[in-house]
Amino acid sequence: MAYPTDRKYTKEHEWIQVNGNAAAIGITDYAQQSLGDIVFVEVPKAGTELVAGKTFGTVESVKAVSDLFAPASGTVTEVNGALATSPENVNKDAHGSWMVKITLKNPAELKALLSAADYEKFVAEEAGH
Amino acid sequence: MKHMTRKATRHVSQNEGLIFEKSSLGKAAWKLPPLDVPAADATKLLGAWERRDLGAMPEVSEIEIIRHFTRLSTWNYAIDLGMYPLGSCTMKYNPRVNEAVARVEGIANAHPYQPEEISQGALRIIKTLSECLIEITGMDAITLQPAAGAHGEMTGLLMVRAYHQSKGNARKKILIPDSAHGTNPATAAMVSYAVENLKSDSRGMVDIASLEAQMNEDVAALMLTNPNTLGVFEQDIHKISEILHAKGGLLYMDGANMNALVGKARPGDFGVDVMHLNLHKTFSTPHGGGGPGSGPVAIKKILEPFLPTPVVVRRADGALAFEYNRPQSIGRVRAFYGNFGMFVRALAYIQANGPDGLRQTTEDAVLNANYIRKGLEGTYDLPYSTPTMHEVVFSDKLQAKKGVRTMDIAKRLIDYGFHPYTTAFPLIVPGALMIEPTESEPKEELDLFIEAMKSIAEEVEEDPQTVLDAPHSTRVSRLDETAAARKPVLRWKPAS
Repeated sequence: MAYPTDRKYTKEHEWIQVNGNAAAIGITDYAQQSLGDIVFVEVPKAGTELVAGKTFGTVESVKAVSDLFAPASGTVTEVNGALATSPENVNKDAHGSWMVKITLKNPAELKALLSAADYEKFVAEEAGH
Repeated sequence: MKHMTRKATRHVSQNEGLIFEKSSLGKAAWKLPPLDVPAADATKLLGAWERRDLGAMPEVSEIEIIRHFTRLSTWNYAIDLGMYPLGSCTMKYNPRVNEAVARVEGIANAHPYQPEEISQGALRIIKTLSECLIEITGMDAITLQPAAGAHGEMTGLLMVRAYHQSKGNARKKILIPDSAHGTNPATAAMVSYAVENLKSDSRGMVDIASLEAQMNEDVAALMLTNPNTLGVFEQDIHKISEILHAKGGLLYMDGANMNALVGKARPGDFGVDVMHLNLHKTFSTPHGGGGPGSGPVAIKKILEPFLPTPVVVRRADGALAFEYNRPQSIGRVRAFYGNFGMFVRALAYIQANGPDGLRQTTEDAVLNANYIRKGLEGTYDLPYSTPTMHEVVFSDKLQAKKGVRTMDIAKRLIDYGFHPYTTAFPLIVPGALMIEPTESEPKEELDLFIEAMKSIAEEVEEDPQTVLDAPHSTRVSRLDETAAARKPVLRWKPAS
């Protein structure tokens, strides 16, 4: 699996795509594959403050419920409403299905995140366990 | 329904409809005796609130009700039919002697509102079971009130919170290893603690360096399952409790896997401050479908003031009594005294086995799990080679190459006459097959299971589609679990 190089990744399997001061957040293809069929995506309303490294929502699949961890701090500006009725979009196209958009509070936090190549290496090690 | 046979087959009935669909107007399975009190005028008493129609309540005759539920019961799988290797659930045999004792008239008909003077037998059952469980766990005191495991967790953490609060600071978070049962983080959240994940090391145990780094004065407790969900005993448990205690934190043990320890090791001796037991797992009371559960919480002395009320105490005159006046108590957590019928069964199990019998039980449970491990190692991938206790966790890594995953293998196992093992848990093993045979299984049944699992592995190589389409022998084949979760149909509606 080639991970898009236009974004950064977390070890908790979220991606964040930055555009100026705004950023979109979703989960990786590896995450959707490990979770299996996703049946529910729960994210906070616009206006909610996210703190880097803290949980901000959940993804429920037929196998498990998993927390979403914020890759960076910021304020939610928009949520992907389509996922409320079509959570399967995440299974079909994880990298194209953003969950929330935020305004970044501290863009410097992004430096700590993984590049596509580093994430791919991380996943290969985790899956190889 | 057109394409299905409408006649009961030799499988009794594979096509039993809903009881609502059997209803026809005016049928009844009851008849009231003549009125022997003055008739009341319902219309006058209730006015507009008087209800004359039954709504959509099914109207059927007595034999139709009996047949309906008897037919449904034939679709069940139970431990009385065969092995039930559902990992982490300890689906052991429920000895008949438990049931015989629970049906003794004075016990079965005791009422919780009976005065204490004529409830001395029931109080003695509570007291004796409490003492047995305290001895088995090496703890100082216990409450039997919680209804089951997760309720026990909540009761335990409420006591942890009350303890820290009594010291002036309730603290902020609970540490939970990544191999934990999902109920642990849920409990911590219910009790208003933040959850912090703790990594496992390559042996499948708590990573001591991470624990040292994450432990501070904000941590109220660590919730640990021991042996953990990989069936691995936390060998550094003493060190773990020392690290916690040094910073004022408490060690909570999820006793779900106590079947690996009874008579062998006591959590109270390895530093646990609070733990719950599952009488419906370790102590052979009915589990799953039947139940109800029971989740006693055993504690060390420091937590005793916070026990739920009432607590059974012995008065100066020797009689047993309920004590309610405990100002620091977290309060009652369950109606009356908990699921008393389960106390009776658990006590019957403990006393029928005795100390040596219980120790043998533990040894046999561990032996059975290791027999399966040895039998299936090589056929299925074993992600952690650390010694196995009461359950063994494989992964579907070898079968995944053919596109067959743990869920598919589990479904195929149904065709071989077994209840599936636990799939996809613990989460730290991708594609987990979690197998817990318990001590109940004779070698012959274990051999049948191992043969079945090997045969499925061969099928995966030769004809994976058979496994992917399983089960084939059941009244309905593979269910669409995703659709059921995404678009659940939760109730029957009359065809209009």
